[in-house]
Amino acid sequence: MYPAQFDYEKAGSVSEAIDAISGHSDAELIAGGHSLLPTMKSGLAEPEMLVDIGDIDELHGIEHHDGHTHIGAMTRYADVAEDNTLWEEAPVVAETTEMIGDRQVRNRGTVGGNIAHADPASDLPGAVLAADATVHIAGPDGERSVEADDFFHGMYATDVGEDELVTGVQVPHEGTAGAYAKKPNPASGYALVGVAVRLTMDGDTVADARIGANGVMDHGTRLEPAEDAVEGQALSGDSIGAAGDAAGSSLDEYMVMEDQQASAEFRLQLLGAYTERALEAAGERAGVL
Amino acid sequence: MATEETDHEDGVQSIDPDDVDTEDILGSAIERREDPALVSGEAEYTDDIQKPEMTHMAMVRSQYAHAEIEEVDTSAAEEMDGVVAVYTADDLDVPGNLPVGWLLDSLEQVNHPILAGDRVRYQGDAVAIVVAEERYQAHDAADAVDVEYERLDAVAHPGEALDDDAPVIHEEAGSNQAFDWEIGDQEATKQAFEEAETTVSLDLHNQLLIPNAIEPRATVADYHPRTDELELDMTSQNPHVHRLLMSGVIDHPEHKLSIRAPEVGGGFGSKIHHYADEALTALAAKDLERPVKWTATRTETYITDAQGRGHETTGEMALDEDGNITGLRVHTKANMGAYLSTFAPSIPTYLYATLLSGQYEIPTIYCTVEGAFTNVPPVDAYRGAGRPEASYVVERLVRQAAREVDMDPAEFRRQNFVPGDAFPYETPVAMAYDSGDYQKTLDRAKEMLNYEEFRERQEQAREDGRYLGVGLSAYIEACGIAPSELVGELGAQAGLWESSVVRFQPSGTVTVYVGTSGHGQGHDTTYAQIVADKLGVDYDDIEVEEGDTDEIPQGMGTYGSRSAAVGGGAIVESAEKVIEKGRKIAAHQLEADPEDVEFENGEYQVAGAPDRSVTIQDVAGASYLAHDIPDDMEPGLEATSFFDPENFVFPFGMHAAIVEVDPDTGEIEFEEYVAVDDVGNQINPKIVEGQIHGGIAQGIGQALYESAEYDDNAQLTTGSMQDYAVPKSSHIPEIKTASTVTESPHNPLGVKGVGEAGTIAAPQAVVNAVVDALEPFDVDHIDMPLTNERVWRAINENGGEH
Ligand SMILES: Cc1cc2nc3c(=O)[nH]c(=O)nc-3n(C[C@H](O)[C@H](O)[C@H](O)COP(=O)(O)OP(=O)(O)OC[C@H]3O[C@@H](n4cnc5c(N)ncnc54)[C@H](O)[C@@H]3O)c2cc1C
Repeated sequence: MYPAQFDYEKAGSVSEAIDAISGHSDAELIAGGHSLLPTMKSGLAEPEMLVDIGDIDELHGIEHHDGHTHIGAMTRYADVAEDNTLWEEAPVVAETTEMIGDRQVRNRGTVGGNIAHADPASDLPGAVLAADATVHIAGPDGERSVEADDFFHGMYATDVGEDELVTGVQVPHEGTAGAYAKKPNPASGYALVGVAVRLTMDGDTVADARIGANGVMDHGTRLEPAEDAVEGQALSGDSIGAAGDAAGSSLDEYMVMEDQQASAEFRLQLLGAYTERALEAAGERAGVL
Repeated sequence: MATEETDHEDGVQSIDPDDVDTEDILGSAIERREDPALVSGEAEYTDDIQKPEMTHMAMVRSQYAHAEIEEVDTSAAEEMDGVVAVYTADDLDVPGNLPVGWLLDSLEQVNHPILAGDRVRYQGDAVAIVVAEERYQAHDAADAVDVEYERLDAVAHPGEALDDDAPVIHEEAGSNQAFDWEIGDQEATKQAFEEAETTVSLDLHNQLLIPNAIEPRATVADYHPRTDELELDMTSQNPHVHRLLMSGVIDHPEHKLSIRAPEVGGGFGSKIHHYADEALTALAAKDLERPVKWTATRTETYITDAQGRGHETTGEMALDEDGNITGLRVHTKANMGAYLSTFAPSIPTYLYATLLSGQYEIPTIYCTVEGAFTNVPPVDAYRGAGRPEASYVVERLVRQAAREVDMDPAEFRRQNFVPGDAFPYETPVAMAYDSGDYQKTLDRAKEMLNYEEFRERQEQAREDGRYLGVGLSAYIEACGIAPSELVGELGAQAGLWESSVVRFQPSGTVTVYVGTSGHGQGHDTTYAQIVADKLGVDYDDIEVEEGDTDEIPQGMGTYGSRSAAVGGGAIVESAEKVIEKGRKIAAHQLEADPEDVEFENGEYQVAGAPDRSVTIQDVAGASYLAHDIPDDMEPGLEATSFFDPENFVFPFGMHAAIVEVDPDTGEIEFEEYVAVDDVGNQINPKIVEGQIHGGIAQGIGQALYESAEYDDNAQLTTGSMQDYAVPKSSHIPEIKTASTVTESPHNPLGVKGVGEAGTIAAPQAVVNAVVDALEPFDVDHIDMPLTNERVWRAINENGGEH
């Protein structure tokens, strides 16, 4: 409840922010503060300095381009959830942001902060994996891009280096349908299990499926066996059931998360059920169910 | 006693008090007058209080549940910026031992020091305190106090604690048995079981719960050395009780100690008890001669607030060939926590086992309860306190018995109810139920659920692989515990009356002082409604004062749903005394015999002479002017009463839930929740509804989500709201309420009490519904909380559907 003392600096630009964190051995960026501040208040984190990136204009906002949308790192979930183009072109991302936390959290939490923090139970990792998004990162050596598939490394661990920051996420306008099915932890509201789906349909046939899961492993994870179960076929009760059965089959059961609410075994059970629910919702959105 | 019915299926509508005539104010759903200040943030809570030169206190708490204290090194903390003082057990020269206010014959009264000196017995036990200029400094310095521990084995569960090889928590007690208690007729019950056609038995775990008042506990203490007066503002449900107990704990004369409860943000029982923290705040203020403030962090409330429930029970029911209950036998191991909290021994005994007859005619009952010391925080009253545990045992067994004898559970209940003409009804467990009509609440609930139609739908759904269930909960509770003589015989070290003053000011306005101490219930509104009705004075002319030992003569506080029944009774008695005195003054002025002066709607009137009248407000003016009052009369218009009811009151009702269970995920969806409650006369139906709603939310919280979980070292693993699932609004279904009204004969308002009804009723309504839904899977029981995983496992345990 009582955080340790810290210094505070407000960065005016991305390069200022990078200078500030690279010039200090124990500095943390602060975006929405909705993960960082709770850990500081409970004494789990005691950074000596906070570098506030909240006022950096270039990190804010949603820009639509031909074939993709760029979401600035400081964009709040609430703004994403209200973006009609994203609901059209990448519904899995829009729907996921709508299901994060509560209204206060959605008004403060940021897209960049969420994926950079990489809490295994947070909701956005599954969506950026399913949406096949690209993460833009800036650092002392300039800018670079990483595919979502290569971005999440482990619990609270990503491809972002110590002196780097996420500037935004690029979401391709691909796939004709998507959905997010979430089982919230009744205590925290985070994902006990969350399954994000993007389907690219060719008529009634699933040409391509990308499925990302939250809350199950130590980081957001693709469910390839479930994707294989629906790809190349018409979406049906049978194929969806097969995807549910296959959902956890490639995961190492010993690495599956366990907590007060759900054992590893039961998490995998939920994973199957929520994979089916996400596919059903996506199928309905695509008009094939 | 006649029973009336009211319906609020779409909710009770609030009314602006300005739109209600004084004659109609009692019983009307007027808006709560306290709400504007509470919702706008203007209300003052303990932590809002600022005093010049105020310091801040933080506690050094044990991180271990059981350990010897080897050494406490405070030197580093003392050197830190802003630190004013650090105290350990060695620095205290007062008794410093927290008392237990309810004794049982076999009770082991163990020491409960306000600072642990040689041993800590739960995670959170206080070892030292730090006082500093700033709150942050106090917390930083508390972290710097270095305590060396020698860890001991710990135990969290009562069953394990009572095992022979369990680590002994209080060596002076010799074992972990805090008491061994019984009620009922052992022999007759044994015989009933021997002669029974069938019996059913369930092992039931009623889990530990953490109270979650919005406002954490807090105290501000201020000492005036010149007068030796010690003033405390604190989060209290009963300031006078706290004052009496604390004066002994810190050895400060009671008349020099004043305790005030500013606005208090919820309690649910957790703010009844005398904890170490407030005594330590007071001692520090006295020693330093500076104000001291302590406010618990949420983390502290999770490890130090007295927790609730914590029962491990085996219950058995005996039945004859016609499905009549012929006997009930219950054995409970109750978790008392590390020490005996203020009223702890009464909760799993007199507040529990005396309700085991439920709404049923049961010829014989026998119950034994073993209290167990464990290494969890002290366990004491939490909303419902003993009665939810009892109702859970009875209603789970009833459901199981109905299944066993192959009767519909509604019909089984109807057949076994105490009949409407049997009141007052003496149970085999020492209770005399005042009044009731259980058939009526059952019928109403069935009607609201379309019960018969539901059974058909359920059948149909099962064929489609969908699992619906209905759960009934016929609950009874005893609240407004009284009279004092009786509770004394049962072991209480206090009386359970209530006191009030009703005082007119010369201008005709009224102030009511009452010894209950509301903390969210809306007493300012309901008490003013009572007085407006009795005195016929405009509602806006009435002020209610509670929660201050300097202003209110005496009081026992607010808990156990006692405020309306006992506090309300005290107010009515004072109002009546005021009316009688006023009648003499009025008669004097109207030159009539007092016997000929009638009082109605705030006016005294000579019988048969409507133009000869005077209002009570004018009489009040005259009483203080005292120019023209009867010769033998003292001036002034006020009265004090101590009301000691002749018995408890017994609210009752029927709650019922319809749920659907997803066998794939164990998820539970509510289709309906109906609550038909009989809480006697309703002073304000909107407030009644709010209490019912809140209680149900807490009951559903227990049924589905909440549980204080401890690991093998008795460390709390649900130490924050990230892990302990407090129900959110989205977890609670729409609730349909209806009520019947059976007046209680035991108080002048005919009220019963509503504060705990929902919490008592809801858990078993939900569990019974889930068990009903899972009948095809042969599931007899699932322990609360019914997490999705537990439900899913239960479904799969017996190899799926049968
Ligand atoms: C009550 C509550 C409920 C919540 N429920 C959910 C939920 O249901 N689902 C969910 O997904 N999340 C939930 N959250 C977390 C919330 O979404 C956080 O906002 C999010 O995880 C972090 O985003 P932020 O902008 O607040 O980051 P901050 O807290 O400011 O930062 C988090 C971490 O990320 C780093 N960081 C921030 N921005 C960047 C950047 N651009 N580049 C590099 N590093 C960066 C920071 O240095 C810090 O280490 C909840 C939070 C709360 C308080």
